[in-house]
Amino acid sequence: MAQTEIAPLESSTLPRQKTIWDAALRMIRRQPLGSAGLLVIVIMTFAAVFADYVVPYDPEIENFEYMLMPPGTMDETTGITFMLGTDSFGRDMFSRLVHGARTALLVGFTASFIGAFVGLVLGVGSAYFGGYIDLVFQRVMDVFMAFPLIIMALAIVAIFGTGTEKVIIAITIPFIPRCARVVRSSALALRELPYIDAARSIGYSHTRIVMRHMVPNVMAPFLIMLTAFVGQAILLEASLSYLGLGVQEPTAAWGLMLQGGAEEFAESAPWVPIWPGVAITLAVFGFNLFGDAVRDVLDPKLRAQN
Amino acid sequence: MYSYIVKRVLLLFPTLLGAAIVVFLLLRLIPGDVCMLKFGGEGGYVDPEQIKMCQERLGISDSKIEQFVDYMIGFATLDLGVSMWTGQPVTEEIWIRFPLSLQIAIMATLTSVIIAIPLGVISAAKQNSMIDYLVRAFSIAGIAMPSFWLGILIILGLLIGTQAWSGVPWMPPVHYKSIFDDPAHNLSQLIWPALATGYRYSAVATRMTRSAMLEVLREDYVRTARAKGLIEQVIINKHALKNALLPVVTIIGIEFAFLMGGLVVTEQVFNLNGIGKLFVESVTQADYTLTQALVMLVVFIFVLVNFIVDLMYAWLDPRIRYS
Repeated sequence: MAQTEIAPLESSTLPRQKTIWDAALRMIRRQPLGSAGLLVIVIMTFAAVFADYVVPYDPEIENFEYMLMPPGTMDETTGITFMLGTDSFGRDMFSRLVHGARTALLVGFTASFIGAFVGLVLGVGSAYFGGYIDLVFQRVMDVFMAFPLIIMALAIVAIFGTGTEKVIIAITIPFIPRCARVVRSSALALRELPYIDAARSIGYSHTRIVMRHMVPNVMAPFLIMLTAFVGQAILLEASLSYLGLGVQEPTAAWGLMLQGGAEEFAESAPWVPIWPGVAITLAVFGFNLFGDAVRDVLDPKLRAQN
Repeated sequence: MYSYIVKRVLLLFPTLLGAAIVVFLLLRLIPGDVCMLKFGGEGGYVDPEQIKMCQERLGISDSKIEQFVDYMIGFATLDLGVSMWTGQPVTEEIWIRFPLSLQIAIMATLTSVIIAIPLGVISAAKQNSMIDYLVRAFSIAGIAMPSFWLGILIILGLLIGTQAWSGVPWMPPVHYKSIFDDPAHNLSQLIWPALATGYRYSAVATRMTRSAMLEVLREDYVRTARAKGLIEQVIINKHALKNALLPVVTIIGIEFAFLMGGLVVTEQVFNLNGIGKLFVESVTQADYTLTQALVMLVVFIFVLVNFIVDLMYAWLDPRIRYS
């Protein structure tokens, strides 16, 4: 039996394997602003996760020898340097900023994930059951939507008290109706589709139809709401902490850093009010840019407009 | 049209009632009451008899149902009662602060319209140009920047700016005077918080104007207008803008409604004694009557503005007919 020789393929004729870098480049070209947002998010997440290794000093240790040192101050004898200066308790601003990222992301991610997820289930459920349940549910959501975010959050903080976990609850609850409403309107159209009828006629349970058949099909509005929520949650946490009703001292949080006499020292030590604000703005900016890009990709109807 | 208006007005009531119930229940969930806070606030020994007497006097010891009925009757007869903390009539507590907050809300809305509409139109007319990118960056930054921080920056800028210019640092006046009594004093105090909140709210409106304009500029009638040789400026200002304003009106209306709540933080920065600050105080003091009245005021403004926005739709766009 004659053997056919199979000529080895020349590697140059093969298409080059797509690496992760190609994918990244493609994304940067298609969504330059979104990529910039993602970069900010990645840096922030890195800072938050490795905060203990990144920062030079403990963010909660007070040292009255080093009160309100301007940025770049170096103690000649000990060699301690404060890159971004210190606050009125002598705590290193840079260390507090990095640890503040941890608080902001913890509150931002937890509140928006839980809020959006509960909203998703409630919204889809309401659309699926329809009829009276839907009507009553819609009126209840209307009532909750009539409260401005911050007022609702303030009332909830008053009930549960202050502190990081309580702030998360206070921010999560007002998010629920906002997500539920958007998701419900997409789910309403789904309910009429034949495959839902089919699922029902096979005898699947309501839970199964809602969770397995409807929820995956409203992922686009869900993800759009979710990404929009993270930025809002960070802002809301900062506002609550600024009012003294959010995260409490000595935990490092950006809003709290602005509250600690930021106006008082505005003139004598402008770095105290400036850095935390820059951090909040950058973080929310990053999440918003990224959120816009997610919306562009997932919702082609909106793509033309922006 | 009239039957539509009547129906919408009737639909306002369930929302208001629902909001009243939610506020009532939320407040009762707050641990401690106004009497405990008043007498026990400073710590030390408190006579339980004294607290009990206070609770009975204010009606907090009544059953929840009785309290709720009282509260509802109060609304129906427009008698909001007295503040549990200060003992002053609730309407008076709100009335002395309301003009200040309302004025900031109106000025901030004006600021946002003045910024948003021209920027949105330019950005749409010159889509994907350098100006467009700048406008978009400016508006995204507005959403990202907390308004209280912008407020701090404005104060800081004023201090440093006036120091450099005249050698004497200048601060906006601290005491509120009505715009009718002393316009210069009033404006020099309130223009800054209005700018800080207005910029933030302009961001959303700018984006809305831009996307609405882009959509309208693709319509056939705009192409016709171009084909008959109209100059671009006339097309944009007379033909396109009118139709693009519809969604912008909604956004501005909703923003105005939310502004009343959004002022909570701004008033803190500028140390203004408005209803936002009153709200924070009344919640932390567990002042049930005052908090209930304030929240209902904000909710009422919200549903009312939404209603007016819906009606303005029909007025702005004759194609929309409500039935």
